[in-house]
Amino acid sequence: MRNQLATELLFALSQPGRRGALFPDSDVPEKPLNELIPQSALATNPTDLPEVTEPDVIRHFVNLSTLNMCVDTHFYPLGSCTMKYNPKRHERLAGLPGIVDLHPYQNPSDLQGMLELLYGMQEMLAEISGLPAVSLQPAAGAQGEFTALLTAKAYFEDRGENRTKVLFPNSAHGTNPASAALAGFDCVQLESSEEGLVDLDDLKTHLDDQTAVFMVTNPNTLGLFEKDIKQIAQMVHDAGGLVYIDGANMNAILGYTRPGDFGGDMMHFNVHKTFTGPHGAGGPGAGPIAVRDFLADYLPGPVIKQTKTDSEENQFVLENPSKSIGRIRTFYGNIGILVRGYCYLRTLGAEGLKAVSENAVLNANYLKVILKDVLPVPNGDLCMHEFVASASKMKSKNGITAMDIAKRLLDFGFHAPTVYFPLVVPEAIMVEPTETESKETLDAFAEIIRQIVKEDPEFLHEAPHSTDISRPDEVIAARNPILQCCEP
Amino acid sequence: MPYLFNTPEQQQEMLNVIGVDSLEALFATIPSELRLKRKLNIPPALTEMELQSHISNLAEKNIGPSSRVCMLGGGAYDHFIPAAVDEIARRGEFYTAYTPYQAEASQGSLQTFFEFQSLICRLTGMDVSNASLYEGGTCVSEATFMAMRVTNRHNRIVLLESMHPEYRQVVESYLNHLNCEVIVVPCINGCVAPADVDKAMDDQTACLVIQHPNFFGTLEEAEQLTEIAHKYGALSVVSYDPISLGLLNRPGDYGADIAIAEGQSLGTPLQFGGPYLGLFSCSKKFVRRMPGRLIGQTVDRNGKSCFVLNLQAREQHIRRDKATSNICSNQGLIAIRATVYLSLLGKQGIREVAELSCQKAHYAAEQLCQIEGISLLFKDRPFFKEFVLSCSEGPDYLLRKARQAGFDLGPELSRFDFQNSSETYRTGVLVAITEQRTREEIDCLVKALKA
Repeated sequence: MRNQLATELLFALSQPGRRGALFPDSDVPEKPLNELIPQSALATNPTDLPEVTEPDVIRHFVNLSTLNMCVDTHFYPLGSCTMKYNPKRHERLAGLPGIVDLHPYQNPSDLQGMLELLYGMQEMLAEISGLPAVSLQPAAGAQGEFTALLTAKAYFEDRGENRTKVLFPNSAHGTNPASAALAGFDCVQLESSEEGLVDLDDLKTHLDDQTAVFMVTNPNTLGLFEKDIKQIAQMVHDAGGLVYIDGANMNAILGYTRPGDFGGDMMHFNVHKTFTGPHGAGGPGAGPIAVRDFLADYLPGPVIKQTKTDSEENQFVLENPSKSIGRIRTFYGNIGILVRGYCYLRTLGAEGLKAVSENAVLNANYLKVILKDVLPVPNGDLCMHEFVASASKMKSKNGITAMDIAKRLLDFGFHAPTVYFPLVVPEAIMVEPTETESKETLDAFAEIIRQIVKEDPEFLHEAPHSTDISRPDEVIAARNPILQCCEP
Repeated sequence: MPYLFNTPEQQQEMLNVIGVDSLEALFATIPSELRLKRKLNIPPALTEMELQSHISNLAEKNIGPSSRVCMLGGGAYDHFIPAAVDEIARRGEFYTAYTPYQAEASQGSLQTFFEFQSLICRLTGMDVSNASLYEGGTCVSEATFMAMRVTNRHNRIVLLESMHPEYRQVVESYLNHLNCEVIVVPCINGCVAPADVDKAMDDQTACLVIQHPNFFGTLEEAEQLTEIAHKYGALSVVSYDPISLGLLNRPGDYGADIAIAEGQSLGTPLQFGGPYLGLFSCSKKFVRRMPGRLIGQTVDRNGKSCFVLNLQAREQHIRRDKATSNICSNQGLIAIRATVYLSLLGKQGIREVAELSCQKAHYAAEQLCQIEGISLLFKDRPFFKEFVLSCSEGPDYLLRKARQAGFDLGPELSRFDFQNSSETYRTGVLVAITEQRTREEIDCLVKALKA
């Protein structure tokens, strides 16, 4: 079925003289280019872009697109990533004129509707997090982490404290230590307890007057709620530090509990996870942050404020916080994604958000229970929105690995779960069904897993068998990287 | 609830299987004193019809290019977007796909990103490109970090005052806690004097960052500045306008080590400043020091050519605190837009867009300067598609008068905090002209300003 010709590299489709886009002749009197631009700055050769027609382009990329799995076509039980359904109304509304065509430097008087929307988003995120001050600027969760750490740094400096350490558990997302290092902190990784939770003794050992921030994901990456979070936060606060909540797993607790209520001082949201901004094959996301009042003045600017009086021309204004850490990106944020998140929140309302978490947690627990005899879950009894199973017993028994199961699932039309993360579980298989899947899908998925684990291990090592390609050689790829079609 | 499946009967059935008696009971691990005892205070739920009317009302409170002629610049431009770009970007197979970690389920995205990397290499003349970063400003920061790693000089970088002031602010926020001195070379006449740059450099400087064409639209001596950087053993980082490379020398042609850009012009709508597209390319010798995702070509178990995420050992999910960057998500879908855009334009199209923008911008500048009290702030400086007008009545007067006539100009330079030359720039207003602007529009603006 694959159209081989159309899916050749684009450059192979090129024929001199073909055109995919035509532009009108100039309607202004033209001057010789070298009168406008010094000859030395002009290119001597035209850029070597391919020459193809519009039908070429469409057929090529449409054919390529069919080689992808995606949420519109498949179940995507990817732990930590919340691959929920992407509502189509968001795409229409985010593309409306007056939303999609605004220039960031227009006069604020012409932007009142957009600023009202973004202000509404700030307000809703503050309410959902229980943290009153919001910055919409960060482009992604990782940038949100980094921004919040800079905010914390500025706060401590302002207080004359020099705190150098960031603590995080060994089950943390890789972005936590990476962001801390980028912000110039020393990274301290803590052990997890037997239960897969923060080890309070280990935390106690490392807390001191050098501790700036404790970063924790709650529910954590094992899908477990840190039941001692209040005590953990108290310990960190007693040491003079701040608690950062990685909000990747907010889908589990919407309307049930709030980071601000369980001791968090700062957090980021992943709009592309929790609030269904589409993943876009790896982005764009959006990673707005919410912080406590006493950190508000340090947030990056600008933030959106509502002016108090009705007599003012502009009800919504862009303002820089008084002690702002500055900008962490150009312009104001990944607005197109924030608009989709806003649409989502306005569609669901308070009850809807709570129902999202209830069904996400119900689906995860149901799947966990019906799979537990074939895929044991080492930690926890009840999970939240995801669980981490381990294939290590299977591996020692007959050599079947987490990767084998993941790859074989593709043959049956299921996207693979996250594997080998978090690092604290051997042969980890991290499953997050999300709330936008039916019991029928979960039953079918479990049935297929049962079937897979009975298959011949050799056959599984070579899976997938039905996909266009199977088991790319990553070692060769890394040893001799080919990163573009016409290597210099 | 529009996106939920489980009927009350199914929920009960599932609860029975789990062995708990209510949905509430699933949350037993959350201590009761931490539970929210009230409903979230957010606006009530809307149906699709209600939501559409709500968002439409908000959209109508804005005035966009559909009702005004956009001559705004400063890093975001109103270039034409062919319909085929939207057609491909709207395919669920692309926009609802995940990061391509599972290669067998993601060959479509992977090949498209590989082609994106290839197109960016050809556009810039650089050896390797990553699969995108957040946007233009953060690219500058990532480039300076990379330059520090490559040169092992961590305490000093040199920027030009002619760089986008917001890019500079981003770099400063990224660096100001790292004990790294950020030197800004003043720009008095619309571009920097190479001699001033030479004075600012030393053998402890990690990199020199050049924006060409610069924030004012004028051309820098990019080649000469690159040579100066190299003289001191520093990397030359060039921030370019991707459309300009339809006409101008490519960063790779004059020896840039890292080339970065805001790629919004390549098929992405303005959407109030984001999501945009960070373009990041460099010399092959630095590839293992690069930030961001890289796609590589390889073979599968049967020897069939295919694509994978490559050199992941640089990235946060593997290397954690030792990663080359903390970036996890990039701008995949926007990179796909740019790939389709560049494919459609091809060799000829990119040149035509660049030429049309350049010719029309020069016509506009010439016509506008015939108005009494209006002149170019930087006379006799070559520019590409953007220029700075100076108005004797002040920038606000100029902007207001243009707005009344249905034209958006700007941004005004007084919006920004320039370190050295604010006084010079006080009167300036940027004007950007793309291929979409017509002679009729330009003449109409001139007529309105004369009145």
